[in-house]
Amino acid sequence: MIKLENVTKAYPTGNTALADVSFNIERGEFVFLIGPSGSGKTTLFRLLIRDTVPTTGSIRIGDWDLVTLPHKKVHNLRKNIGMVFQDLKLLRDRTIYENIMFPLEVGNMDTKEAKERVDMIIDRVGIADHVNKFPIQLSGGELQRAAIARALAFNPEILLADEPTGNLDSTTSWEIMKLLQDINAGGTTIIMATHSADIVNSLKKRTLVLEKGTLTRDDARESSKHDDSVGLEKDNIVEETKE
Amino acid sequence: MKATHTTLKHIRRSPYQSMAAVFIMMLTFLSITIFSFLVFGSSAVIEYFESKPQVTAFFKDEAKSIDIEGLQAQLQQTGQIASTRYVSKTEALQIYKEQNKNDPLLLDLVTEDILPASLEISTYKIEDLEPISNTLKSSPYVSEVIYQKDIVSTLASWTNAIRIIGITLIAVLALVSVFIMMTVIGFKVSQKKEEIEIMKLLSATNWYIRWPFILEGIFYGVFGTLIGWLVASGALLYATPYLETFLKGIPILPVSPVFLIGLLGIELLIAVLLGVLASSLAVLRYLK
Repeated sequence: MIKLENVTKAYPTGNTALADVSFNIERGEFVFLIGPSGSGKTTLFRLLIRDTVPTTGSIRIGDWDLVTLPHKKVHNLRKNIGMVFQDLKLLRDRTIYENIMFPLEVGNMDTKEAKERVDMIIDRVGIADHVNKFPIQLSGGELQRAAIARALAFNPEILLADEPTGNLDSTTSWEIMKLLQDINAGGTTIIMATHSADIVNSLKKRTLVLEKGTLTRDDARESSKHDDSVGLEKDNIVEETKE
Repeated sequence: MKATHTTLKHIRRSPYQSMAAVFIMMLTFLSITIFSFLVFGSSAVIEYFESKPQVTAFFKDEAKSIDIEGLQAQLQQTGQIASTRYVSKTEALQIYKEQNKNDPLLLDLVTEDILPASLEISTYKIEDLEPISNTLKSSPYVSEVIYQKDIVSTLASWTNAIRIIGITLIAVLALVSVFIMMTVIGFKVSQKKEEIEIMKLLSATNWYIRWPFILEGIFYGVFGTLIGWLVASGALLYATPYLETFLKGIPILPVSPVFLIGLLGIELLIAVLLGVLASSLAVLRYLK
């Protein structure tokens, strides 16, 4: 479903964010993307939502060829890919309800239909008590749920989550992980960037490791098939993140 | 509908900037309306004078009707005459009586004999006045010739001046209002940079982002125009009784509502164009 072939992204400054990255993700997979800061995780996400294009190589998502996709059709692509941004990017002057409604409004969905969808998502992510609050009134975990809710607005096939547990305590992190797993169980493909060794090691999902823009490991192992440890040492990840 | 809603929110949330934009548009369209009144009014006054008997020749007492008819026929042959009207001594007395009916003393003193008969001549073109008046002056039966060439030429030069000043002022004001609206809208665009970035990431098309700003420009234009037009038209209606006294006998007042509505229509069209121009420039400048 998501296919990258020899993708390189170099910036005019001479900085290479990604070098010759190739992988293939099937529909319904849950994939962790790990690596130290600056290893290219966010660049990879930006490529996947076509916020930028690769210098060389090809990216395909379903029938979309992201390299040749005309600028005018990018918004269609983004309806199929929900993104939870690292800095959430919730609009501060709108309530949580309005924030979740926002992509549907932008996408010109019929108001009645949009409201029904938003109500459904709110129930699903469990923030029904906070819909009329503004982002500043919510805790980290609640904000994260709101951002996930917004990413789900179009019922996307793919959900990209950039450090969704980054600033959360352990309990809240696991609540968010449970939510993401539920979403994945519903058939949505999820790619999640994280620094948390606990989460990666506990869930035993396929893990892509990026280091200095290069894909150094791709443990294409499913927890159902491989119950043995993915082999990521907790200490290794913590060390990597400190770099 | 959503774009309109967003536009109204933008306007409500920065009322002073919006007021500045509306006021400058109001000023522009107040000037456009006032200068339109002046130009159309003075043109109508000139037209009035041009269509009126412009040369009046007063005859000496010894002039006989056959002499006058001869002169009349001679003038008709030039082909420059639109119409002539002979006013006999008797008619002159009636006109005099009518004009002074409230003053019996003046009426008593005047008899038919002391009033001259006259010929009112109107030409097709204002420049034909001079040769006609020269012909009349050379006639032995004519005692005096008067014509309104001076009034018309003075008025014409005034109208011309008003037109030039008006067009210059309106052009400058229009330019200033475009710049001010551009600045106001541009400022709002840059204030919303973060929101716009998020909108784009959430699959908003460029037009979805642009529309509210374009509509905002149109709103300032239309609202400013309505106020400017209302103020100028209100002032004109209020001043109509005074102006009627001043412009006695010249049938340009009261101004027809059709003219006022037509003027508003043209102004709204210009306002929409200016609004779209200003907001498009702002959006192009700040929303790459």
